Amino acid sequence: MLQKLGLFIFLAAFGLFVGTLGMNNYTLTSEILEKNFKEDALLDAKIELAAMVDQSYSNSYTFTVELTEGINQLNKVYIAQQAWDKKIYEDTILTIVKSSANGYLADNKGIMFLLTFGLAILGALLFILPEAQRPAGIKNNGIYFNPAMTRKWLGMGIGTFLIVFYIALYFKPQYIANWTMLVDPVSKLINGGEASRWFMYGFLYTISVLVMGIRYIIKYRHSKYQIFRTLSIMFFQTCIAFILPEIMSNLNLPSADLKNMWPLDYSFFFNYRIDKLIAGGTFGIFLLVWGIALFVVGVPVMVYFFGKRWYCSWVCGCGGLAETLGDPFRQLSDKSLKAWKIERYLIHGVLAFAIIMTIGVLYTYFTGSYNILGFIPTESLKSSYGFLIGSIFSGVVGTGFYPLMGNRVWCRFGCPLAAYLGIIQRFKSKFRITTNGGQCISCGNCSTHCEMGIDVRAYAQKGQDIVRSSCVGCGVCSAVCPRGVLNLENAETGSRVMIAPDVLLGNLMEK
Amino acid sequence: MEHVVIIGNGISGITAARHIRKQSDCKITVISGETDHFFSRTALMYVYMGHMKFEHTKPYEDCFWEKNRIELKRAWVKTVDFEEKKLYFRLLNDDDDKEAKIGGAISYDKLILALGSTPNKFGWKGQNLKGVQGLYSYQDLESLEEITPTIKRAVIVGGGLIGVELAEMLHSRGIEVTFLVRESSFWNAVMPPEESALISRHIKDNHINLKFSSELDEIIGDKNGQVKAIRTKSGEEIECQFVGLTVGVSPNIGLLKVPQGNMIGREKPAFVLGVGGIKLNRGILVNEYLETNIADVYAIGDCAEHETPQKDRKSIEQIWYTGRIMGETVARTLCGKPTKYQPGIFFNSAKFFDIEYQTYGQVPAELPADTKTFYWEHTSGRICVRINYQAGSKSVTGVNTFGIRMRHEIWDEWISSGKSIEYVLENLPKANFDPEFFKQYEKEILEKYNIETGSNLQLKSKKGLFSKLLSAKS
Repeated sequence: MLQKLGLFIFLAAFGLFVGTLGMNNYTLTSEILEKNFKEDALLDAKIELAAMVDQSYSNSYTFTVELTEGINQLNKVYIAQQAWDKKIYEDTILTIVKSSANGYLADNKGIMFLLTFGLAILGALLFILPEAQRPAGIKNNGIYFNPAMTRKWLGMGIGTFLIVFYIALYFKPQYIANWTMLVDPVSKLINGGEASRWFMYGFLYTISVLVMGIRYIIKYRHSKYQIFRTLSIMFFQTCIAFILPEIMSNLNLPSADLKNMWPLDYSFFFNYRIDKLIAGGTFGIFLLVWGIALFVVGVPVMVYFFGKRWYCSWVCGCGGLAETLGDPFRQLSDKSLKAWKIERYLIHGVLAFAIIMTIGVLYTYFTGSYNILGFIPTESLKSSYGFLIGSIFSGVVGTGFYPLMGNRVWCRFGCPLAAYLGIIQRFKSKFRITTNGGQCISCGNCSTHCEMGIDVRAYAQKGQDIVRSSCVGCGVCSAVCPRGVLNLENAETGSRVMIAPDVLLGNLMEK
Repeated sequence: MEHVVIIGNGISGITAARHIRKQSDCKITVISGETDHFFSRTALMYVYMGHMKFEHTKPYEDCFWEKNRIELKRAWVKTVDFEEKKLYFRLLNDDDDKEAKIGGAISYDKLILALGSTPNKFGWKGQNLKGVQGLYSYQDLESLEEITPTIKRAVIVGGGLIGVELAEMLHSRGIEVTFLVRESSFWNAVMPPEESALISRHIKDNHINLKFSSELDEIIGDKNGQVKAIRTKSGEEIECQFVGLTVGVSPNIGLLKVPQGNMIGREKPAFVLGVGGIKLNRGILVNEYLETNIADVYAIGDCAEHETPQKDRKSIEQIWYTGRIMGETVARTLCGKPTKYQPGIFFNSAKFFDIEYQTYGQVPAELPADTKTFYWEHTSGRICVRINYQAGSKSVTGVNTFGIRMRHEIWDEWISSGKSIEYVLENLPKANFDPEFFKQYEKEILEKYNIETGSNLQLKSKKGLFSKLLSAKS
């Protein structure tokens, strides 16, 4: 009953959230143009957008489309003139749209924030919390009858929404200007300014991790490993990834997500970031050294002792979202040998791409030459990586495909850092998932619920330990095993059972 | 090229096929009427509960069989001609049509019978009504799925492992379940009283209506031949739309029985001669090499009955891993290296709703005369450990554990090398296989033993992976 009410409230709030995109009236004024265009482009803009100025639009979509078209016209001219510094980017368009807005939403951001985010969180919690009354233990009942979790209409719907959201976020943020407006009150509170699209995204992301993290903890509350792991993820997302960088910039320091590292943070070595850190004094230099030490020293040492799980399922933001928001979709990862093969080509391909791109960028930074090996332009390496991997793969596909290919699409097929952590885990680590003698009954719970698409059972049923570069150590295989067969452990590297014994423990015939 | 034919694609038959392929290049054919591919029978419950789909129960991808040159034939075997070394298939794919015509044949050089089990029915009135069934085969799952929308209340008869699983399954679909158990406490023919009480409590906590000391008298049908109620021996009538019969399973040897089998011998081992003179009793009789009395014919898994069972082992063992071990063993014999069936220290495991259970060694329901027992139960009443040990030498003989996972390797070593109860308790953390950060109870357990026996033992090891453990043995 309470759960139904919660679901209703959540859906109503979500509906309103989507509905806010159509709210507000829009009037573009000369003042807004003056604020957002550099002097040398202002006149062009005034001419190009003359028809729009001081006109009142009741439809946000028409307004945004017309504005975008006008600015595209301007950009075309600038590109033809090779006047790169005049080019207008989508963040500017977003700001113009936001400044032109007036109406109920623009005047009542706080109320609207509560009605959308506030009610959605309330509804979700009402839906989630009553689960705690049921006995603790694995409750996967009905997953395969649920249209959201089995690639049925609801899953497709959620996937489509996420994909559209990410495309808008990365490439056309002006169309979701009202969503950034909703979180303006929060932004004001934290950093004093209006919300950028990235603030809105970070806030939404953090809320998702927190609310769905609570769901996860309730679902797996019989396991302390799962509780601690999820609390860790929630902490790192909220404090280290979301709040701390805001504090840093409030203090006028160069801001950074201290737990993010190259090559996941692929722009770490881009010239503007290095320059900014160097310009940032002692603290900037500290961030530079910290960022390098993380992947040069931190990764090998930590993976050696604990496996890549210390990062992928305890710290990482992408992993954090996958483990919380993505948990309902974990069973959708493909377990076939073919998928494993594709995975290895893709993820190591991305790692190679990231390394080459970074070498190119650094080469240009230090030598000033724009081509590496004389013919590969580093700028296009950089931009194609950013577009293909940074936006499309990690965002649009990485999260948008949760309901289609499971919650670790990016981590499994694309993340260059996961590839790097994985190589160390596979060849030099104390971590393994131990198989408990001959107890396996090949039921397949472990494989079904492995988010990384590892066919865990294939190892367990022949008495072999699971040592796989992709394993993020979420521990769910061990949790869902009905016979106590699987356990995540660290011990001497040499004690990992890498080759299946001839016969399993329990058969006394001569080996 | 020699042709090995295996009837049955369960864990026993498939393990045999895989291990024969590892050692030999012969032609292998596996026949099953149940499904196209090997699946994990124990996982059917999870399909019904929506934890997974049927395809997830298949331990090998469909391409595995062709890659390993294991031919799969989907058919029911009608009869076997042991003299001609030929199998005849039923024309119709209908399990119940005993008169079905012959639809093709296949010759073999060596035959492995891995026929599995069939649920017991004890001749109750109404046992063949619609809505009355066991839960064993894929077809059982299909028919249960089909009638589920019409079930409001269900009665389960027989308190064993499959009974609890069936109760959990039906309960997960919002069906009210009444569980009739003949004994006075759950599974007390197998479990000591404390464990039996622990499981009983947990089943009740999960809102299953558990009725002890009640026996089924009759199943009552309506005019459409559909079950509408049951009556117990005490005369109570319970309305229901489904009756689950889970009173154990028996070897599935109908195919080998002849109408008038000749009883041979009044003393044990009593047996009858089946088709072609094959020796049958409750199952197919085999020697320690898993050979039947007919040359080149072997029987493994649930359908095999051992003429001389191993120490501490039953003549028929319907356990997943014993089927697997028989498959591993017979493969070796077939490939020219005669090998005896030698399962080691007994072990098993199960899950009752949310409580996991493991056992190693011997922990019978009634304590043998020369054996002592030590029992610890957590105040929650959901976690317990029982260790049995010899009265004289104090060597441990077996352990039951609920709610704490233990390491098979360690217990196997402790029991086979006869470690004392004191040694075991002092080193109990070594056997702990629970995930990281789980609360450990070894100290509490040891304190209870100290109080009961007036000893002063101290914990001597920590939880963790001790790879060197077995190096002392080898």
